[in-house]
Amino acid sequence: MSKYTEDDLREELKTKEYEYGFYTDIKSETFPVGLNEDVVRAISMKKEEPQWMTDWRLEAFRVWQEMEEPEWANVHYEKPDFQNISYYSAPNSKPKYDSLDEVDPELLATFAKLGISLDEQKKLSGVAMDVVVDSVSVATTFKKTLGEKGIIFCPISEAIREYPELVKKYLGTIVPQKDNFYAALNAAVFSDGSFCYIPKGVKCPMELSTYFRINQAGTGQFERTLVIADEGSYVSYLEGCTAPSRDENQLHAAVVELIALDDAEIKYSTVQNWYPGNAEGKGGVFNFVTKRGLCEKNAKISWTQVETGSAVTWKYPSCILKGDNSIGEFYSIAVTNNYQQADTGTKMIHLGNNTKSTIISKGISAGKSHNSYRGLVQVSPRAQNARNFSQCDSLLMGNDCGAHTFPYIEVKNKTAQVEHEATTSKIGEDQLFYCNQRGIDTEKAIALIVNGFSKEVLNNLPMEFAVEAQKLLEISLEGSVG
Amino acid sequence: MLKIKDLHASVEGKPILNGINLEVKTGEVHAIMGPNGSGKSTLASVIAGKEEYEVTKGEIILENEDIEELSAEERAHNGIFLSFQYPIEIPGVSVTNFIKTAINETRKAKGLGDMPAKDMLKMIREKSELLEIDRKFLSRSLNEGFSGGEKKRNEVFQMAMLEPKLAILDETDSGLDIDALRIVANGVNKLKSKDNAVIVITHYQRLLEYIVPDVVHVLYEGRIVKSGGKELAHELEEKGYDWIKEEVNA
Ligand SMILES: Nc1ncnc2c1ncn2[C@@H]1O[C@H](COP(=O)(O)OP(=O)(O)OP(=O)(O)O)[C@@H](O)[C@H]1O
Ligand SMILES: [Mg+2]
Repeated sequence: MSKYTEDDLREELKTKEYEYGFYTDIKSETFPVGLNEDVVRAISMKKEEPQWMTDWRLEAFRVWQEMEEPEWANVHYEKPDFQNISYYSAPNSKPKYDSLDEVDPELLATFAKLGISLDEQKKLSGVAMDVVVDSVSVATTFKKTLGEKGIIFCPISEAIREYPELVKKYLGTIVPQKDNFYAALNAAVFSDGSFCYIPKGVKCPMELSTYFRINQAGTGQFERTLVIADEGSYVSYLEGCTAPSRDENQLHAAVVELIALDDAEIKYSTVQNWYPGNAEGKGGVFNFVTKRGLCEKNAKISWTQVETGSAVTWKYPSCILKGDNSIGEFYSIAVTNNYQQADTGTKMIHLGNNTKSTIISKGISAGKSHNSYRGLVQVSPRAQNARNFSQCDSLLMGNDCGAHTFPYIEVKNKTAQVEHEATTSKIGEDQLFYCNQRGIDTEKAIALIVNGFSKEVLNNLPMEFAVEAQKLLEISLEGSVG
Repeated sequence: MLKIKDLHASVEGKPILNGINLEVKTGEVHAIMGPNGSGKSTLASVIAGKEEYEVTKGEIILENEDIEELSAEERAHNGIFLSFQYPIEIPGVSVTNFIKTAINETRKAKGLGDMPAKDMLKMIREKSELLEIDRKFLSRSLNEGFSGGEKKRNEVFQMAMLEPKLAILDETDSGLDIDALRIVANGVNKLKSKDNAVIVITHYQRLLEYIVPDVVHVLYEGRIVKSGGKELAHELEEKGYDWIKEEVNA
């Protein structure tokens, strides 16, 4: 046997790694499963990112490797195997079906109930379709209107290339790479998302993404959104889609960062309807989201969310009220049915003087589901005259579900006024009989009662979204009583 | 209109109605009186189809149809209306939205489309004027924080909107002040026609001075133990129920 040198050893190790280890062909549309620095680099390369962005991702990846998946939330699930996930899949990959006939009829029935047009149905369920001429022209007018006002609204990957100064200045300032396990993962591997910049003094003339809601439905599992409202500007941003999204990806970990500079206002509305799993609790999306906004002087951020989907939801849209007189609001409806679990709420961090926050949380649980509100109201020692009002209401349907409230209040300044109210109610037989007696059947009665219960939050959604959200609540709870 | 034959009903295994016989003809007004706990509200709920009450014997016939198998909402669609003794709160649902839903669900059951908004508005205006209801009131959450009297007036408003064939008013007079009683009773009288019928459950003769009954029944221990003309109500007001109980126990 010949001498086995250091060089031979190195050589062999290399080939071994090649044989068993990771190999990425960056020309392929979907990466093989697994995550390491090469994958992170490959994603960055795919996106044609500058070096600083690649480094930023790598930094996040290194931090993430040292972190543990959090366990404090009131949810139980089998932890995903992070080495068994593919971290890049090109958008616009080839259609899944050739015609609507091949799509799950149950899904189509739901689309029909929501009043979604055939074209939209095709797009949502991944059916091949021709470009609708009309929508192209609408998109063009839309872009033109925004462009005239100097508003930037584009995919985040485009922003990284086209507006590097803005992105560099703000990305990760609100949700740092090392913020938490899922945020770090997102920072390392995000491949999709939106960027939005509203210039000084500009009021965005339309709900952003209303039109794009169809396109957004297909967005990936690690979305990253960055919204910057410059001084005195206003924007209302809609995210998500009421149509059920049967995403193949089990794990979703999005990050949203909002920056409201002096006198600016951001209204951010979400409807989340990822696949919740079947009635026996099989399948379904794990949704671990980090959303946070920063308010400078006199700024206002308002989060409104309707959460009906996902098997597991872990989500706490928060506001850092840094500037004096800034305002944070959180309006939430979380519905859980069957075996769904939701742990959601908000954090209001009062740093500036005369800061105000309002929290209205409505949890609706049915079936064998669990619905938890978790909220933190923190008033720093320097914040004079902070005000908070929190109201957490839970509505239970049946005897097998659970509602839990975990309010944390940390007040370090005596001038603060913090109020917390919580109620738990059940849809009673008497309420149902009353409705039945007036000719309203039980299904409709539940929808009516649930809508009434959720009204304060629904009222905060942009009009057309509210109507859809209302229908969505109805559908989510179908068959949950009797 | 309504024929009840030897009706027995129980809740949680406890018998409450023990053989009720009652016939209400189209165009008639019947009053049901009787001591607390005698089963008046139970009878009303059983007619309306409340599921917790189990009919163990007998039948309820509405316009020649046995309604035993019909759900509460189907009975409502067939024209039964119950003004509740204790109306239920539904937070966040306005009176208008509730009544709109009720009307449209009933129309749907009959194969009709939604009532046009214009007609709905007109009807709401008319009926709220009839019952002297402030329009602002209609935007409030159903029965939430309503005073006792407001709840009752709102029940009759719903009755006016739904135009039932058979209306059962369970102690609609209790909680109403003197003026409100007159207004509500006038309202009921205006809605009364030769094509519908009303059953009034009450403890007091006063209501029956406004809504004049054709027949007065006394319910005691789940049975109708005495029936008579409107003068029976006067007699009960004067003498109470002891003499009736004695008659029954004799
Ligand atoms: N869900 C129930 N569970 C147990 N007992 C019941 C139930 N509903 C009614 N009862 C009983 O049945 C009896 C009749 O009650 P009901 O409410 O019909 O009386 P009522 O004649 O309407 O009395 P009132 O004049 O006080 O309104 C009472 O003893 C009552 O406690
Ligand atoms: Mg009673």
